[in-house]
Amino acid sequence: MDLVLAKAMPEDKANAERAASNVFAAAQGRLPGAGRIAAIRARAFEAYERVGLPHRRVEEWKYTDLRVLMRDVLRLAERPDASALKRAQAAVDQAAFEGAIKLVLVDGMFAPNLSDVAKIGKGIDVQTLREVLESSASDALAGLVLSTTTDAMISLNTAMATDGVVVTIAEGKALRRPLHVIHVSTTSSASHFTRSYLHLGDGAHGTVVESFVSAESACGYQANNVMIVLVGNQAGLSHLRVKADAADAVNISSEIIAVGSKAKLNLFDMIRGGAVSRYQDFITLAGEGAELCVNGVNLLMEKQHADTTLVVDHAAPHCVSRQNFRAVVDGAGRSVFQGRIIARPDAQKSDAKLTMRALLLSDQAEADNKPELEIFADDVKCGHGATSGGLDESLLFYLGARGLSENDAQALLIRAFLGEAIEGIANENLRDFATSQTERWFKARR
Amino acid sequence: MPLLEIRNLHVCVEGREILHGLDLTVNAGKVHAIMGPNGSGKSTLSHVITGKPGYQITAGRILFKGEDLLAMGPDQRAAKGLFLAFQYPVEIPGVTTMNFLRTALNAQRKARGQSGYSTPHFLKKARTVAKQLNIPQSMLKRGVNVGFSGGEKKRNEILQMALFEPDLCILDEIDSGLDIDALRIVADGINAMRSPDRSIIMITHYQRLLNYVVPDVVHVMSRGRVVKSGDKQLALELEASGYAQFEDAA
Ligand SMILES: Nc1ncnc2c1ncn2[C@@H]1O[C@H](COP(=O)(O)OP(=O)(O)OP(=O)(O)O)[C@@H](O)[C@H]1O
Ligand SMILES: [Mg+2]
Repeated sequence: MDLVLAKAMPEDKANAERAASNVFAAAQGRLPGAGRIAAIRARAFEAYERVGLPHRRVEEWKYTDLRVLMRDVLRLAERPDASALKRAQAAVDQAAFEGAIKLVLVDGMFAPNLSDVAKIGKGIDVQTLREVLESSASDALAGLVLSTTTDAMISLNTAMATDGVVVTIAEGKALRRPLHVIHVSTTSSASHFTRSYLHLGDGAHGTVVESFVSAESACGYQANNVMIVLVGNQAGLSHLRVKADAADAVNISSEIIAVGSKAKLNLFDMIRGGAVSRYQDFITLAGEGAELCVNGVNLLMEKQHADTTLVVDHAAPHCVSRQNFRAVVDGAGRSVFQGRIIARPDAQKSDAKLTMRALLLSDQAEADNKPELEIFADDVKCGHGATSGGLDESLLFYLGARGLSENDAQALLIRAFLGEAIEGIANENLRDFATSQTERWFKARR
Repeated sequence: MPLLEIRNLHVCVEGREILHGLDLTVNAGKVHAIMGPNGSGKSTLSHVITGKPGYQITAGRILFKGEDLLAMGPDQRAAKGLFLAFQYPVEIPGVTTMNFLRTALNAQRKARGQSGYSTPHFLKKARTVAKQLNIPQSMLKRGVNVGFSGGEKKRNEILQMALFEPDLCILDEIDSGLDIDALRIVADGINAMRSPDRSIIMITHYQRLLNYVVPDVVHVMSRGRVVKSGDKQLALELEASGYAQFEDAA
């Protein structure tokens, strides 16, 4: 049987696995953490190798077949040298979010000189993943940071993560300024892996922005990032992420989130760059009365592929979740939204709503919207809706008859369409930031 | 030179001819009324003049200020001074009326090589006109026509006409769905626009509007053609005897 399978195994997959093994073997000296940590990594890599790159027969990856889109795992990027850091600096300046404290990761390595660690206030603890994995004092934390799921890309990340940020906001404390985690890729045709951790203690509050950008001339890279997020009871987190990678890059981001009782999480996922981008968010509403709002937009052109996949697990009673996604797809772009809502047997009075709408601007544009409900509790309110289509001709004519050029009329309608998702961002500054990011897409499209 | 000159206009929609050789001349400063039975092609004519896609012009020409309108896009026609108040104004969720008005006005001004209005200047102008038309400020903050009543939508069309100050205004059933007071407000708005260099074409089914806005010329349209033109008396005759007499003429 094994023999038959091996024979039937497509050559691509065999090549890809060989490439991954080589990459893991070659990276050994670069991966922080010995002993127990090294064992966790080895096990994670085995788990990855058993299944390899996710492909279309893996249900969760049905529309994003990495065997086709990624083919193989590239060699690990070198530690950034002085010139790489200089190029990264320019990208950081471009991406900056006014007033935020920057934490910068360059090619998977924390870059202290590009970051503002000194400005972090009392009650806020920031370490690097490397520090946590290499210190014996933080064994328990290391275990949490490396927590994993059955997803192959997360397993690969557990095995390969070189660095990341580990942020803890103490009970009752609030971040006075937003944190801005900026991931910069400077090396072409290489991969990098970061693992980060964000913990808000009970009653803590904070705003965290994450940007994924590339330095000039960096191309064809592969980024794989995982963040573990714990939002304590009655805590509040605003979290905005923007992927703006190089046009031929691959970027897979996974987030594993647990939200405590009466806590509020306001999340926004934007993709406006890259060749192949995916957010996969596994969100558990773990405490009674937790509230989640997760919105997002995919802005695509040419042959870009963007996938936002969410699992929202109502594991406690009286939780509310709202998901509202918009995609604007031009050229031969392809947008994927998958949203699964689970209401566990004792998650009574769950209130969940999921809306996904795609705007197709060309004949070759494609959108796959897949909402799913798995309801095990009987007293719940769950709804979903998905649509896709072109711009309304009668609206375009009305605007044209009022003097707007075709381009301006389109842009006005697209902005209004995106606004429906952006208006879900609770924090006004974040909302403005999201809007300014969409404007960059409009500029690039012209 | 007439402001608008239409000669032998033939228009098809999805392979079916709807306008069959229509002629119409509108001189500057005049108010014209076009009347005619349902389905006679009045709205089609207004769409073709303003450049709505989906119509095939198989013969004829339309000159506006002596220029070939059919060669221009809808936005260029608007910038040239053409305005259509829609029979069925559309709703545009997510675009506030104020933002829409400003974007449209400045787009037209830019196309004419004029400078855009500053925000305060524009706001003042928009608020003044809105007040004259009895349009509350709160309506200007809402999405364009979203949740507006039928009458509010019509008043919003007149607001735009007043702001854009076009040279030729085509008002397609601006009186439909208006209550008695709103009709008077709208009629006052139209009368305020009358000037020696501006022309107005009112498409209507009812004499009542023509009592308030007295036309210089009245046309009867039937089956895709203008079959009779006259002065305001013609409208009164129609009111008395209906369209039956023209069905044969067409
Ligand atoms: N997009 C279209 N597709 C098919 N037929 C159309 C289309 N638009 C208009 N028509 C037809 O053309 C004819 C003229 O329609 P139009 O709307 O111009 O009439 P009208 O004179 O404005 O009528 P009313 O007084 O009811 O507003 C009608 O028979 C209508 O069904
Ligand atoms: Mg009509």
